Amino acid sequence: MGLVDRLRGLLRGGVKADAVPGVVDVPEAPDDLASGAVPSRAVTSSAHSGAFDVGWMTDTGLVRDHNEDSLLVFSGQQDGDRPVPAFGIFMLADGMGGHRDGEAASSLALRVCAGQVISQVYLPTLNGGDRAANQPALADIVRDAVAHANRCVAQSYPGSGSTLTYGMLLGTRLFIGHVGDSRAYLLREGDSPKLLTQDHSFVGRLVEMGQLTLAEAAVHPQRNVLYRAIGQPEDLEVDVATCLLRSGDRLLFCSDGLWNMVDEASIWAIVDQGGSPQEICGRLVGAANDAGGYDNVTVILVDLHLE
Amino acid sequence: MTEENHNSSRDTSASTVNLQRKRGLQPTRGLSQRLRQPSPTEQNAEEGDKPADSATVTLRDAWKPPVEQEPEGSRSSSPGGDDAFAGGSLGEPDEAAHREGLLPVGVQLQNRYKILGVIGIGGMGAVYKAQDLRFPGVMRLCAVKEMICTASDPEVRQIIVRNFEREASILATLSHPAIPQVYDYFTEGSRSYLVLEFIHGKDLEARVTEAEGFFSEAQVVDWAVQLCEVLTYLHNHKPRPIIFRDLKPSNIMLDDHGRIRLVDFGIAKLFQSGEKGTMIGTEGYSPPEQYRGIAEPRGDLYALGATMHHLLSKQDPRLEPPFSFKERPIHKTNPTVSREAVEVIDKALEYDINRRWGSAEELRRGLLSVTSARGLASGRGEATSVLTDDILKPIWRFACEDEIRGSVTVTGDLVLVPSYDHNVYALDIDEGKFVWKYPSEGGVVASPCVADGMAVFGSTDRVVYSVDLNTGQLVWTASTKGRIFSSAYAHLGHFFVGSDDGNLYAIHSLTGRKAWTYASEGEIRSRPLIQDTLVLFSCQVGLVYALTLDRELRWRFRARRGILASPVTHEGLVYIGSLDWNLYALDSRSGWSAWKYRTGGAVVSTAAIADDLVFFGSADGHIYALDVADGRLVWRYQTGGQVTGSATIYNGALYIGSVDGALYSLDAQSGSLRWRYQTDGAITGAAQAVDGVVYFGSSDHYVYAIPA
Repeated sequence: MGLVDRLRGLLRGGVKADAVPGVVDVPEAPDDLASGAVPSRAVTSSAHSGAFDVGWMTDTGLVRDHNEDSLLVFSGQQDGDRPVPAFGIFMLADGMGGHRDGEAASSLALRVCAGQVISQVYLPTLNGGDRAANQPALADIVRDAVAHANRCVAQSYPGSGSTLTYGMLLGTRLFIGHVGDSRAYLLREGDSPKLLTQDHSFVGRLVEMGQLTLAEAAVHPQRNVLYRAIGQPEDLEVDVATCLLRSGDRLLFCSDGLWNMVDEASIWAIVDQGGSPQEICGRLVGAANDAGGYDNVTVILVDLHLE
Repeated sequence: MTEENHNSSRDTSASTVNLQRKRGLQPTRGLSQRLRQPSPTEQNAEEGDKPADSATVTLRDAWKPPVEQEPEGSRSSSPGGDDAFAGGSLGEPDEAAHREGLLPVGVQLQNRYKILGVIGIGGMGAVYKAQDLRFPGVMRLCAVKEMICTASDPEVRQIIVRNFEREASILATLSHPAIPQVYDYFTEGSRSYLVLEFIHGKDLEARVTEAEGFFSEAQVVDWAVQLCEVLTYLHNHKPRPIIFRDLKPSNIMLDDHGRIRLVDFGIAKLFQSGEKGTMIGTEGYSPPEQYRGIAEPRGDLYALGATMHHLLSKQDPRLEPPFSFKERPIHKTNPTVSREAVEVIDKALEYDINRRWGSAEELRRGLLSVTSARGLASGRGEATSVLTDDILKPIWRFACEDEIRGSVTVTGDLVLVPSYDHNVYALDIDEGKFVWKYPSEGGVVASPCVADGMAVFGSTDRVVYSVDLNTGQLVWTASTKGRIFSSAYAHLGHFFVGSDDGNLYAIHSLTGRKAWTYASEGEIRSRPLIQDTLVLFSCQVGLVYALTLDRELRWRFRARRGILASPVTHEGLVYIGSLDWNLYALDSRSGWSAWKYRTGGAVVSTAAIADDLVFFGSADGHIYALDVADGRLVWRYQTGGQVTGSATIYNGALYIGSVDGALYSLDAQSGSLRWRYQTDGAITGAAQAVDGVVYFGSSDHYVYAIPA
């Protein structure tokens, strides 16, 4: 139904039968707009299968003996008459540190961060009521949750560290919270894939600037240096970004075990082969291992079906 | 200090170990070193990459001085005197004594230099303030730099000490007013010392941290010119050029006479050769080629450019992504900096060494050609191209009988003016001649809304009027139960307008009949907006409503105080200011604030959006430009009064009125003043610009048309 028809239908006096708080019907308004029978409430689609599908996979790789990557996926979707906006968390962390502290750090970072986001965004969304100025802004929640995780990790596993990259979906809006060199990409029909994050890698930056070749970077003494990561004892600066998503968009989250091993063109080729998000994740991890599997690899792929 | 031949070996350090002041002025950023589990390819590449047991290495952790307990008796009370110390003030003696390995106050070196306190602590040792006892009866001060050699291999130790002595010797041969004199050097056990001239003053890092506002461009250019002079001296040193390699605000002292002095020549570097693989900190000021092991004179020019960028923008590069100067142009934080100065600095900051200034002398000449450098003593005034009201003449003005508090509407060849004298006037757009007026029975604040050949406006007489645009004849009226300040919004054959009776009305444009009414919790004084089938409006109790077109409530957002501003949308966000001092960016789907920005006063001004910036005014007297996506401040501009007028964008310029009576035209990107036009009354509505002319009303009763 076109917007005009819909509006005409809706603007007809007395069209709403059920009492809605705040709505005052104006009985004297004549039905002078109606050009035909227009249902009062539009049915936007007959079948809903959720706002997004998500697949994920994490793998130790072929060389290392344990997996320091962690991931966390949360899907909050409701259907029915008046659903709350769809909510999702897509989060991964790539730990570093001696002994087994790397995986402990990445796991703790995820849990702390996701817990805070769920309690500050999703629970209030479910509980309904007015949004209010005394709630922190979403960008601040997304940022503070990472800062909180940073403090917890610095306290619990001093000397360890982790990247942390996540997407928080609320309705049609995506927020990205990010520190380190894991990545988030937006794949949109007709556009070239867009990197939503910036690697906080010192040598990576030098390569970007053309100051180092990839070969030089591979043996550079500072190649493993991140200039921002979870576990930093000082205040951590967190990158936060937001964008509006459309139906058909895809989000790819991955650790450097994917993008270091498989070049971007090959990644997009694998994604374009189609299949469910889970199947694609499996193929991406397979490609990283085929390329040597030198690192832990983690991928999360989200297919969006927004109204 | 390093001669170039010493630098030909690949320098793997990200930075020198620099002095860290005792009182935390230096925001050293810790770097995380990822300790990957070894992989076959990497293992071959490793050589000196020794695994630390900590993933995060900070300046202080990177080097731990040996524990050397000094005899208790050698501690004495803190020195008297109130001298300023190089690099910051002296720490409490107790604090200093707690530091492991530090020389306690009162210790004498070589029976000559009596330690008075610690000036700074670095990775390789401390710098002390000391008294030269060879000059009895006077307090001859000196700075004693300490280098502690921790290498256990006696041969390595010998090499390090020999290098140190050679460097000290070179330094001793230098003679330039900006380079501190060397008095002495010696070695005691594992510690080597260099005795230098003590400089009274403060370093530029302390100055930039303490400064409330920005340094003037002329001031920074003056310092940079002095630095170019000393760099020219070093780079022309015979037989080989000397590269400073570590130019940054904390290594630049400003003495009591306002002269620049270079301190902390990079002797510490020598000691780093055995420390490969230990990451200490991203410097922020170092040129990119340094990380390829290349050190040459033009690297110092980059560091000087980075230093100037920091001093002018007040953005510390160590807290920003590495090599991000291009992404952070100076004028974004400091719009007063001239384009010429920015160009000179940008050329010093080129990543490609061959695109930089060729020499310090070239850079110096570039700096001296900047306008602000010409009258160095006088400082900078306003931007030179600013037109004042002396020059700006209105094309026409028209006097109403009372204040104009709302916004004018330009439509076709008419300017519609709401006046508190009860009338809405229609004026000829070219000459401001009276065409018609419609008298209501109350003051008119609402901006006339034009659609379907009608001008629709409410009045404080509680009635919504529709007047024919051509004739000024009444078409219809619709009554409400409250005074009307809300401007109407036209959408698909209906006018949406709020009233002080708390209702939002949807009025059929052809008949004036009310299609529906929605009761809110407070007076609705702002303009509603329909975007993507959502009806957005705000009311006085501080609620923002989002309704579907069939009046179903999607969400409400409650600000802490009332809302007088009207909503504006862009890319799924609703921008609206509140009397609670914030500008909110609300997600139109959920009503959550995506971000908010707190100003220093009530935000009555309705925002305008252009080029990813959102513009608005605040009762704190400022005009703000924020990044639409994250609410970061891009610039702000101070006016002489509260800014309650709404923002208008036209051809890259922002137009906004202030209670100080002026209409301001600012460059939208930089926030620099294009012109201001002074009226005799507060300007509280929005201006509208059409065909190179900007139209607005003032509380001085006049409507103005002036060149945009």
